[in-house]
Amino acid sequence: MSASEPEASIVVCPRGPLLVRGDFEILDAAGQPVPRTRGTVALCRCGASAIKPYCDGSHKLNGFEKNS
Amino acid sequence: MKLPAHRGPASALLFEILGQDDLSPDLQGLNEAATLALPDTDILYDEDLQLCLFALYELHYAGFDEVSDRWEWHPGLLAFRARLEAAFESRLREAVGSIPKVPGTAEEIAMELFELANSSEGPSVADFVSRHASIEQVQQFLIQKSIYQLKEADPHTWAIPRLTGRGKSALVEIQFDEYGSGRPGKMHSELFAQTMAGLGLDTGFGAYINAIPAITLASVNMMSLFGLHRRLRGAIAGHLAIYEMTSSIPSSRYARGLRRLGFGTEVTEYFDEHVEADAVHEQIAGRDLAGGLIEADPQLGPAVFFGARAVCFMDELLGRWQMDAWDQGRSSLRAGELSR
Repeated sequence: MSASEPEASIVVCPRGPLLVRGDFEILDAAGQPVPRTRGTVALCRCGASAIKPYCDGSHKLNGFEKNS
Repeated sequence: MKLPAHRGPASALLFEILGQDDLSPDLQGLNEAATLALPDTDILYDEDLQLCLFALYELHYAGFDEVSDRWEWHPGLLAFRARLEAAFESRLREAVGSIPKVPGTAEEIAMELFELANSSEGPSVADFVSRHASIEQVQQFLIQKSIYQLKEADPHTWAIPRLTGRGKSALVEIQFDEYGSGRPGKMHSELFAQTMAGLGLDTGFGAYINAIPAITLASVNMMSLFGLHRRLRGAIAGHLAIYEMTSSIPSSRYARGLRRLGFGTEVTEYFDEHVEADAVHEQIAGRDLAGGLIEADPQLGPAVFFGARAVCFMDELLGRWQMDAWDQGRSSLRAGELSR
C-alpha cells in the first residue's frame, strides 16, 4: 500500500458484516488478541453470530437490515 | 488415481484408448458411441458420458496412473470432449432459461446474487445431516463430496489469468484462503481429507470414483467446463459466488451433525473453518469478483448469472438425489460400488 492509503479498510456490507482488510489487530476487552487465522475477516454486525466477533452468515436468517 | 471402471460403450473405449501409449488411435468408435447416445439421453444423469467428461477433464488436473500425460492435449480427445460439452452446456442453458436484465453496480449485483442463493429450493441435506443422518449416511455424503472437495478450489483457479483488475484481486484473495493462506496442511482440501480420515475413509483423490453417480460427476464437470473455457469466465465467477453464498450456514449444520455423532474438533474442523471462511468469501465473491467483473465489462453479466443459476439448479438435483435415496432406505452411492 502507498503511504497515502490507510493501513486497513473496512467495508460496511449492506445486510451483512463489516469486511476488514489490511494491517490491524483484533483484541478482546482485556487487550488479548482474538484468535485469527485469515488476513481479511468479516465481523458480525447483526448480533446473531455464534462465532463472534466473526460473522457466520446468520444475518441471512434473521432479516438483518432487510427493510432498510 | 487409477482409471475408473467403465460404465458403458463410450467410457469402455475411452479407457482402452487412454491405456495405450500409441497417440494416433482410431477414435471413430468413440464418436459413434457419442452419436448413438447423445440424442436420447439426459446427459446430467448419463453414467457413461459424465464419466467420460470427468476423465477427459481429469487429464488437465492430476491425470491417471499409467496413462500418458500426452493425452491431455490430444486433438481427437479434445474434439470428443467438445461434443459432450456442447450437449452438456445446452442442457444447462435449457434448465436455467433466459437471464433477466443484469443490474449495473457491484452492490446491486451482489444483492441479486444473495437473493438467488437464498431462493434455492430443494431438500436440505444439511438439515438432515445435522439432525438425523447415521454414520453410514455421513460417510456417503463425504464420499459424494470428495470428488470435488479433495481438489477444492482448483476449477476456479483456472480463471485467474483470464481476469483483470478488481475481479482478479478478489478471486486471488479467496483462492489464497482456500489454499490455506500459505500454512502447510491447512488447504481446505487437506482439511476435508482429515474429516474423511476421521470417519475411516480413504483420502486418496478418486478412491471412490466407481461409487460416485453421474449427477455428482456432472456437478464437478460443470465447474471444469466453466473453468477451462475463457468464454465462460463469467460463469465460473457466478458459480463461485453462489457456492460461497450457500456454504456458511450449511457448514455449521454439517459440523453440528458430526458432533451429534460424537466426532471431535479434528473431524469438524473442515466445516467449522467454512462457517467463518465462507462468510468472508461470500462478500468478496458477490461484490468484488462477480460485481467487479460486470462493472468492468457489462457484457459478462449474462454469463455470471448463467453460472450462478446453473449451480443453484445442480445443487437442487444433487440434494434431491441424496435425500430420495435416504428416504427410500438405500445408499446415495452407486450400488455395490463402495469397495474399490
